[in-house]
Amino acid sequence: MLTVLASGLLTTVQDRGRPGWASIGVTRSGAADRQAAALANRLVGNDAAAAVLEVTVGGLQVQAGRTLLVAVSGAPAPVTVDGRAAPFDAPLTLRPGQVLGLGNPAVGLRSYLAVRGGIGVPPVLGSRSTDTLSGLGPAPLRPGDVLPVGALAAAEPVVDVAPVGAPSSRPVLRVLPGPRRDWMAPTAWTALTTEDWTVSPDSDRVGLRLAGPRLDRARTDELPSEGLVPGAVQVPPDGAPVLFLVDHPVTGGYPVLAVVTTDDLPAAAQLRPGDRVRFRPTR
Amino acid sequence: MPDHGRVEPTASPGPAVLPCGDRALLVEVPDARGVAAVRAALERSPLPGQCELVPAARTVLVVLDRPPSELDVAVLRRLPIESAPDDRPGPVVELPVVFDGPDLAEVARLTGRAVPDLVAALTGAELTVAFGGFAPGFGYLTGLPPELHVPRRSTPRTRVPAGSVGLAGPFAGAYPRASPGGWQLVGRTDAVLFDVDRDPPALLVPGVRVRLREVG
Repeated sequence: MLTVLASGLLTTVQDRGRPGWASIGVTRSGAADRQAAALANRLVGNDAAAAVLEVTVGGLQVQAGRTLLVAVSGAPAPVTVDGRAAPFDAPLTLRPGQVLGLGNPAVGLRSYLAVRGGIGVPPVLGSRSTDTLSGLGPAPLRPGDVLPVGALAAAEPVVDVAPVGAPSSRPVLRVLPGPRRDWMAPTAWTALTTEDWTVSPDSDRVGLRLAGPRLDRARTDELPSEGLVPGAVQVPPDGAPVLFLVDHPVTGGYPVLAVVTTDDLPAAAQLRPGDRVRFRPTR
Repeated sequence: MPDHGRVEPTASPGPAVLPCGDRALLVEVPDARGVAAVRAALERSPLPGQCELVPAARTVLVVLDRPPSELDVAVLRRLPIESAPDDRPGPVVELPVVFDGPDLAEVARLTGRAVPDLVAALTGAELTVAFGGFAPGFGYLTGLPPELHVPRRSTPRTRVPAGSVGLAGPFAGAYPRASPGGWQLVGRTDAVLFDVDRDPPALLVPGVRVRLREVG
């Protein structure tokens, strides 16, 4: 088991989410940066379905209740064990009583802590993920929480260290035209794909609010709500786009101008308030 | 080169298919009956790698585990937008409702009838869950006669209690849990609308037919 001593700004349990329930109003959720969460799991030899901790801008401290193999990936938070620097993107052994700490990453937003065996909280609708929009899954961590370790370990890990580039604070994300591009003025697509956009402070696992030029609509009638995907760039009446992430609502009633490619969603999930982002059309 | 479902406008009677990124396509139809027909057809014969269907008011989002292809678009454009004869009607769920909602008198006034007549009209309606989406377990119920369509409240309530039964436009619905909401509340039900430990977790899933039954 793992005892939470400090939980930072927001630390949640996440796995690959709960697909298949959207028709009853349950979004997929899961790790926002699925690539980083998968890497952390691989480093400790976990099954890909194992749950990890998603730590927002560091600040987590956990104490091992027994000998545990752990790894931290994603936003490069300085890792310490009992206050001494320890490697990032690499498996680490914690002895009983030792405290693992995550400092604040210089770039990126979300770090992932995997424990060999996975975080063993009870699944809800087949997933251990916290869905911050609907409240399904375990509550965000608080100091004093005790987390069980599960049995989702696969083969012994063979990777010693995984060289991965740090997230960018100025990424270029690839976009495809969205289903309602024609509801927006032609200038909207041009502005989206040529201007710089700044991530607003009121961004979270539901979506990133982006500040930049106002995107105007061509059609002003009301769009009946329709299904949303992660990566959808939706334009509400104020003209400031929202890029939806993993806890997006299942449906939305504003036009979706563009959709970020699946491969670029991890980079979007690492954007923090103040970061600059650009969009490049692809096909 | 991947295409991600780029499509030209179509004059065919089938649905329109709109691009929606590299893992989904959005099927657009004229009305709720079209949504039900497309959903039923794709439940019967899923596309390869189909992992999620999200019906809504005039669309069905088809989520795949792979990039969509021209073939998917062609298949979707040929889907029926009228119910197939072999579409079995969904199961029936009875919702016990106490008709004492805070907006009951207002809805009676808006629809020009006395409260007992309004309750009789509501309990006599053949409702169907068209789609979900607002919250886990919330179902948008269609089938209200047009004379019972009422606008949303001009000022939404900051807290609508769990179990509240309301009307908004062409829809009826019941709140699975307390939330803000702008629907006109006509009553309340003690039915368990959403329970993660039940299979299925939601009582009101798309296709289920619903009858409101008055209880004291």
